[in-house]
Amino acid sequence: MTHPFLALTESDREEMLGTIGVGSVEDLFRDLPEAVRLGRELELEPALSEQEVFAHVAALAGRNADASTELSFLGAGMYDHYVPAVVDTILQRGELLTAYTPYQPEMSQGVLQAIFEYQTAVCELTGMDVSNASGYDGTSVAADACYVAKHATGRDKVVVTEATNPQVRQVVKTFAAGFGLEVVEVPHRNGVTDPDELEQVAADAAAVIFQQPNFFGCLEPAPDICAAAAEAGALPVAHVDLLSLGVLEAPGRYGAALAIGEGQAAGNFPSFGGPHYGFLAARQEFIRRMPGRIVGETVDTAGERGYVLTLQTREQHIRREKATSNITTNQTLLALGGLVYLTWLGPQGLRELGETCLSLAAYAKKRLEERAGLGPAFAEQTTFKEFAVRVGRNAREVVAAAREQGVHPGYALGRDYEGMDDVLLVAVTERRTPEEIDRLVDVLAEVGG
Amino acid sequence: MKLIFEKSQAGRRASALPRYEHLPGPSELPEDLRRAEPPRLPEVPEFELVRHFTELSTRNFGVDTGFYPLGSCTMKYNPRINERLAALPGFARLHPLQEEDGAQGALELMWRLQEILAEVTGLDAVSLQPAAGSQGELTGLLLVRAYFAARGEGDQRRKVVIPDTAHGTNPASVTMAGYELTPVRTDARGNIDVEDLRGKVDEHTAALMLTNPSTVGLFDENIDEIQRIFHGAGALMYYDGANLNAVCGISRPGDMGFDIVHINLHKTFSQPHGGGGPGGGPIAVREILEPFLPVPAVVRREGGDFGLDYDRPQTIGKVRGFTGPFGVFVRSYAYIRMWGPRLREMSEVAVLNANYVLARLKDAYDLPFDRLCMHEFVVSARSLKKQHGCTALDVAKRLMDYGFHPPTIYFPLIVPEALMVEPTETEAKETLDAFCDAMLAIAREAADEPELLKEAPHHRPVQRLDEVRAAKQPVVRYGFEEHPQAEAEPAPTATKAPTGV
Repeated sequence: MTHPFLALTESDREEMLGTIGVGSVEDLFRDLPEAVRLGRELELEPALSEQEVFAHVAALAGRNADASTELSFLGAGMYDHYVPAVVDTILQRGELLTAYTPYQPEMSQGVLQAIFEYQTAVCELTGMDVSNASGYDGTSVAADACYVAKHATGRDKVVVTEATNPQVRQVVKTFAAGFGLEVVEVPHRNGVTDPDELEQVAADAAAVIFQQPNFFGCLEPAPDICAAAAEAGALPVAHVDLLSLGVLEAPGRYGAALAIGEGQAAGNFPSFGGPHYGFLAARQEFIRRMPGRIVGETVDTAGERGYVLTLQTREQHIRREKATSNITTNQTLLALGGLVYLTWLGPQGLRELGETCLSLAAYAKKRLEERAGLGPAFAEQTTFKEFAVRVGRNAREVVAAAREQGVHPGYALGRDYEGMDDVLLVAVTERRTPEEIDRLVDVLAEVGG
Repeated sequence: MKLIFEKSQAGRRASALPRYEHLPGPSELPEDLRRAEPPRLPEVPEFELVRHFTELSTRNFGVDTGFYPLGSCTMKYNPRINERLAALPGFARLHPLQEEDGAQGALELMWRLQEILAEVTGLDAVSLQPAAGSQGELTGLLLVRAYFAARGEGDQRRKVVIPDTAHGTNPASVTMAGYELTPVRTDARGNIDVEDLRGKVDEHTAALMLTNPSTVGLFDENIDEIQRIFHGAGALMYYDGANLNAVCGISRPGDMGFDIVHINLHKTFSQPHGGGGPGGGPIAVREILEPFLPVPAVVRREGGDFGLDYDRPQTIGKVRGFTGPFGVFVRSYAYIRMWGPRLREMSEVAVLNANYVLARLKDAYDLPFDRLCMHEFVVSARSLKKQHGCTALDVAKRLMDYGFHPPTIYFPLIVPEALMVEPTETEAKETLDAFCDAMLAIAREAADEPELLKEAPHHRPVQRLDEVRAAKQPVVRYGFEEHPQAEAEPAPTATKAPTGV
């Protein structure tokens, strides 16, 4: 019985077994002790044809309420920005899609040059000197940054602001156990971090991780936070949204030692949480402590420019237990999606996108207050594309009631923060039109308290 | 070829964005938070963008291009239907914080994949959360820590045993999990040296990390005795699933005595590797470790609905955002459903293909362990180096001239001049024969014309690249400052007259 993913005919098999010098395929497994063999068929459902698997899996997809079937203002770390067709087109090029990590540079100049361009784009956006080829996501790069800081400072504590994405904080805590790091959180004060309070807590810390804009969408006093961290001898680590960096200052310009973040908003679909890319960039002094792959420029024997994986003595396959990280597979294809997207935007597009998000979010905030009587949770703070609004009753109930009307109004902050049960986090990307925002306002006016 | 930054001209752009003219302008940003200098992103029209990245793709080699026997990486065919499925709006545009009732299809797919992976690994519970094999390893070791801490043995058990054939990720993960490394030797047959092992496993041992079949492509014949040694000492067994493609439906890690397994979805289960990632590194564990798995757990509730369970008081926490790389799960799930119980055939053919290539090559290259192999094997270019000065690197570069991606080289570390070949079940016999013919021809060339190898490759977009220079003087981003105005490349000149109309 043939299978679409197999090629050997019966006569091929016979000939190959003859060359090997065994009588049957079964003989090839003679080194396996009887005790560890399965001895039965796997209990899996029978094989499906392509058409059948399409019908089955498409039916599963059809049971989800996604942003094409529900008007969504959900953000909280994943955003419904438009992904242009050129991203799909390039990522589906088989030569890029089906290649492994570029260990053999002469076979892989396409991917290597693309990563070099990606590193350049990330450095430009963040104002940093060196970027790796990507990390897993916006949470794992925060843990990576802690590992860099631990070895760079010799200290064994990290500080994370409470206004940093809860998932980032949770992942940092998980890995800190293995790294031998204590994790301390600094509370937010009215939606942002107090630099003076931070400086006290940051004494003896290896790093201070903060998010800009923070999880509530508010702009942190980032230069003051970096100065406070540096004053305490800790590395300031800024967790940023790439798409904000057309209008917001680059972390490298306000004193951050490392800039990290979740790349999804820039060129990847939300895809129920992944795969996406995390980015990690740093000042020059940390280049030999960086985790993960880095591509460097070099020349070939004819003197022509080319690209290779470089600084590999940092990495697990050479340094083993002394490596700067265990990362091997990263998120190259998604980072390539980010590069294609950022190229599509260009500097003007990036700025316009930021301004559009600012305008739409400001419009939503204003209309919610004027028409629905729902005021912002942190009225004094400046926000970017996302903001926290008080909805007058339990926000999870508001979400459920609004979804009955086909609108997902946002994320209930009470899921992560005490005392915020009546607060909803609303994200407005350029994909939401003013008319759609009006619809949100109408629905919240009705179902809010 | 030029970088995209060198093709940039101020004022060009590929994007047109919606503008909402009647909106109030954005509120003023505080001066010290506003961007002062615009980032120098490329400025190109859309067609220039497409041509640039298309040209890059032509300078790259994937499984879609040709044979890619990169050992330990399982470079098999990646079915296109999987791409279509992952791109369905019901998946691609689904927000990970959607309420459970709006994500039933996605949760069901994950739950079903968990059930499948439990059956394939012979273990009880699965977490899909880890982003890749290495993260699966680290997650697994954190489970080991949590397990022993709960038993009051956390301070006592500080050591993790790793054979000298292990992937570099294993020792790196051991350090990152806060453990100490205990290395163990490989014996003359390519198995773990059980005598060496016995003296090293005691009440201070937390776990063994083992790849089986190992990175030399051999199934450890003493696996049953090894698991008895570890479990007898109260330690746990961790299985690095990088080589699972050898044993699906034949022998399961759980049946071999392993307690924790990570599965590389981008190897065995066909997630395209994308030039470096994404991957997926789910872990499967024995029941005793289930309480410590990452949150949230994907569960089927009474009544048949699917949900996310955060109520796991003993959990190690979260290792990645949300519930893992969902798009990878869609592809691997569809892939496995197209095999069903026939996964066994997949592994059988992978092992048959590897043994066939080995049989054809073993007289021309050195064979460190003369046994039947599993899904991959390691030969050595040691004699070629000694007799003709041609190294494994030279053989690899020369293979490119024959149109093949080279095998993994210089790994595992215990075999000098190693060439690690993994054909996978993909590939017709004709392809395997063409590869063998090329390897045999290269061995002859090493004797007759060694320069052909040393100067290879001859037909790639670049010649051999200077990796030492790249590391000594790292240039890791485009130097805008050194290229104030990128010089135009010479226009390509026609080499022959037009032949059409």
